[in-house]
Amino acid sequence: MATIAREEPNADARSRASAFLFRHPRGKVGLTLGAPLTWFLVVYIGSLLFLLATAFWSLDVLTSEIVRGFSLDNFKTLWENEVYRTITIRTVGIAAGVTITDIALSFPLAYYAARLASPRARNAVLVAVILPLWANYLVRIFAWKIMLTPNGFINWVAELTGLGSLQLGRSNWAVWITFVYLWLPFTLLPIYAALERMPDSLLEASSDLGAKGWTTFRSVMFPLILPGIAAGSIFAFSLTLGDYITPEIVGNTQFIGNVIYDNVGVAGNIPLAAAFALVPIAIMAVYLLGAKRLGAFEAL
Amino acid sequence: MESTQAKILIRVGALITLVFLYVPLVIVVLYAFNDSIGQSWPIQDYTTKWFSAAWHSDQVRQALPNSLIVASIATLFALCLGSLAAFAVHRFRFFGRNAVSFLLVLPIALPGIVTAIALNNSINNFGIPFGILTIIIGHATFCIVVVYNNVIARLRRTPTSLVEASMDLGADGWQTFRYVTFPAIRTAIVAGALLAFALSFDEIVVTNFTAGSTLTIPKFIYNNMRLPRNRPIVNVVAVAVILLMFIPVYFAQKMAGGSDRDTEEKAVAAEAAEV
Amino acid sequence: MKGAVRTWFVVLAALAVVAAACGGDEGSDGGATGGGIEPSKTYTSIGEPEGELNLIAWAGYVEDGTSDGGEAYDWVTPFEDDTGCNVNVTYADTSDEMVTLMRQGGGTEYDGVSASGDASNRLIAAGDVGAIDTSLFPEFANVIGPLNPDGGTNNAHYVVNGNVYGTPYMYGPNFLMYNTDEISPEPTSWDIVFETGSPASGSLTAYNSPIYIADAAMYLMTHNPDLNITDPYELTQDQLDAAVELLKQQNAMISGYWALYTDEIDGFVNGSMTAGTAWPINLRYTEPDANVAAVEPSEGMTGWADTWMISANAQHPNCMLKWMDWTMQPDVQAEVSDWYGAAGSNVDSCQATKDFVQELYGKSAVADVDTIRYGYCGNADFLQSLFLWKTPLPDCGDDRGQTCTDYSQWTQAWTEVVG
Repeated sequence: MATIAREEPNADARSRASAFLFRHPRGKVGLTLGAPLTWFLVVYIGSLLFLLATAFWSLDVLTSEIVRGFSLDNFKTLWENEVYRTITIRTVGIAAGVTITDIALSFPLAYYAARLASPRARNAVLVAVILPLWANYLVRIFAWKIMLTPNGFINWVAELTGLGSLQLGRSNWAVWITFVYLWLPFTLLPIYAALERMPDSLLEASSDLGAKGWTTFRSVMFPLILPGIAAGSIFAFSLTLGDYITPEIVGNTQFIGNVIYDNVGVAGNIPLAAAFALVPIAIMAVYLLGAKRLGAFEAL
Repeated sequence: MESTQAKILIRVGALITLVFLYVPLVIVVLYAFNDSIGQSWPIQDYTTKWFSAAWHSDQVRQALPNSLIVASIATLFALCLGSLAAFAVHRFRFFGRNAVSFLLVLPIALPGIVTAIALNNSINNFGIPFGILTIIIGHATFCIVVVYNNVIARLRRTPTSLVEASMDLGADGWQTFRYVTFPAIRTAIVAGALLAFALSFDEIVVTNFTAGSTLTIPKFIYNNMRLPRNRPIVNVVAVAVILLMFIPVYFAQKMAGGSDRDTEEKAVAAEAAEV
Repeated sequence: MKGAVRTWFVVLAALAVVAAACGGDEGSDGGATGGGIEPSKTYTSIGEPEGELNLIAWAGYVEDGTSDGGEAYDWVTPFEDDTGCNVNVTYADTSDEMVTLMRQGGGTEYDGVSASGDASNRLIAAGDVGAIDTSLFPEFANVIGPLNPDGGTNNAHYVVNGNVYGTPYMYGPNFLMYNTDEISPEPTSWDIVFETGSPASGSLTAYNSPIYIADAAMYLMTHNPDLNITDPYELTQDQLDAAVELLKQQNAMISGYWALYTDEIDGFVNGSMTAGTAWPINLRYTEPDANVAAVEPSEGMTGWADTWMISANAQHPNCMLKWMDWTMQPDVQAEVSDWYGAAGSNVDSCQATKDFVQELYGKSAVADVDTIRYGYCGNADFLQSLFLWKTPLPDCGDDRGQTCTDYSQWTQAWTEVVG
């Protein structure tokens, strides 16, 4: 019996502490969760709440001071001016387009890595997917900016293949392509994880019962990997929703992030910026609730 | 299971995606050797002069150590707090558990600029000096989330039977953790740490608002990318970072990648053996 | 689901409590101290340099010889050798960025900024920058008339209530640049960028900043006198609305706005832009690759005069003050003038520029210095004719009182224009 429990120094004190914690589960929770939670609450949530409270304040133009009285003026401005709605719809539209494209592009590669590749090939693919993340975010945006100029790589290929010159330089198309490129690894990894977790036995059973490939995919595989897809989509959607740098560099229209950024500078209109920031937050809240229902949180 | 036709389609699709992922990177590497500072394609002349220019650049010499320090400390911080949080949420049922797991998704789910402005607002209001510390605070916030996600995902896949078996055999909490739990999640921690390091090293939005005048690699790139004359040096820095990071990423993935299926297979085998 | 809903309840409740609790407090949060009549700090002496200097600047204003093609342009290294102040510069694209950066850490992060008029008044009013004693800088005597604090008529962007808030650096016009191949005959009016049916419709460009509204207002001064616009930066709500209408009309003809000057250069070179407002530096870098020319339209031009301003809470004030003195020297301004294509505010710099240009390019290039490509260096009448960038503030500065629109309203209007 003595050989099973190793003799460690301070075993007594440790065992007693361990037993104590075992009998007092709340203590365990407190210990493990205390530090991170405090950090989070104080630094992150605190800052957020402070910012969002600012949304209910207003900027007094005459003194350019922020007046801390409760007011809904900012929301009135956002509602009455059509441009904010246009910008929001544009941003959400592109975010949705980017998300769908990323899922479509990720799926074959994730499937290949999870189910068709040898372990060595799988490793190579996973490294290949993660590596672009190391090529700095800004550099990847500029790579596309360079490639999309009229005498850049894309047009060169287009002319070679007879597609003629594509005027993509600075446009919503450029923004869409760039976003798709930026978030592809983030979308792919959870889908890969979901595909990898899927037990072969279920698929075998399905085909034993006479289902063809497509039916198996639709009825068996898809529901199983849906949480993974939902998880991957969170990244693509939310990262697009709030980004202002990409539209600034390759786009020619305003996105939600640009408007927020513009109001924080010389204008000093933090209340309006904070109010408009509530829009993507609200959109993400709805999105996250939906994703949670699909089981995305367990698939992250 | 998959028909041959499906297999071919999938392989083709996978290849297209890989090409899509890598063509821009190849272009960046090629432009690092571009003699002219113009942007047109194809490149006319090649040169290595930008590499020595980057080596001698004061800004690069300032930015690189800053970035490394910030990323390392933020990752360490995130490792501790993220893993702790993952354990707490996975193991225990307590009031507000759902809320906590929801909160821990927020930094990645909310737009970066919101986090950036919120932190900037607070730092300004509480008079904390901007610098390495504030950057670390900003980065640690989303690094914690990344580590948390990776660790809790692995914890969910690790069968609790192992822990129970360990306890049955007389090990106390610490021993169980050290000899049973930790080896199972070790690779997830590494993967999380790597991802957190990458995110921190790469971060620009939150950094812009929390760094003050401290230079990090992304800030250096942001400053110089927009000026065509300084762009070649930035390309070189990008290439250098990719090459530098290839080694640890490769090894870490080797450790983390293969073992998911292995762990499950071992667990299944262990359970079968018990029965 | 329930857990998440409960979380949101808690969050929203907390929000309401915070907002309500702070209600009624007349708090100042990074805002002005009642119009900034008195400077928050005045610098009256220059002491020992501290060894470091953190600047915010427009790209091209702080060159240390490391820019490709710019080995001859270095006015940072001599300064560093002379004073021992190691210069660190952060570039900004827009005045918005500059103000955001400047305010970080309560103004302790950066020691100084090369502020343009659209930001300077905001910085002054908010107490972010300090006033200086002009006797510290002998070169003030040589600052060109309209900008000179002593009797100047075009210095409202840095001289407020008799207090001087910086040292004038470079100035330049926003002229009309057009593609000579595509557009003929040469335009003489800004109508080519504003009126429908323009020959350049679909390939126009404009500066992507709320301050550009002033260009539209300036156009309306001539073409719609009923609006009674006397100063394109002091617009009542009606005048602002009219300018916005004009800009929305322009927006339909725009192929792209530019904020980063290289965007306009790229646009003209690849043909997507054929006419629009431009800076001298844009002209210089576009010329090698496209046939363009500059025009001074009949309605006039807006312009910018940049001033080095020192933070009221600078960590390295002496280094900054020395930098301010250094950048007023004719030789330094000459180098900047040739690199950037702007005019130095020190009248002695014009001759220095000619000498410098002659050394680099030979005698034939000297005549250029007297043209718009160098901002008509030394020409006080020209400078006086420019509507220099000024931060729009509620105080109209005349008998209209406090009814003018503020920059935050211009920002919202600009968001509407761009769409």
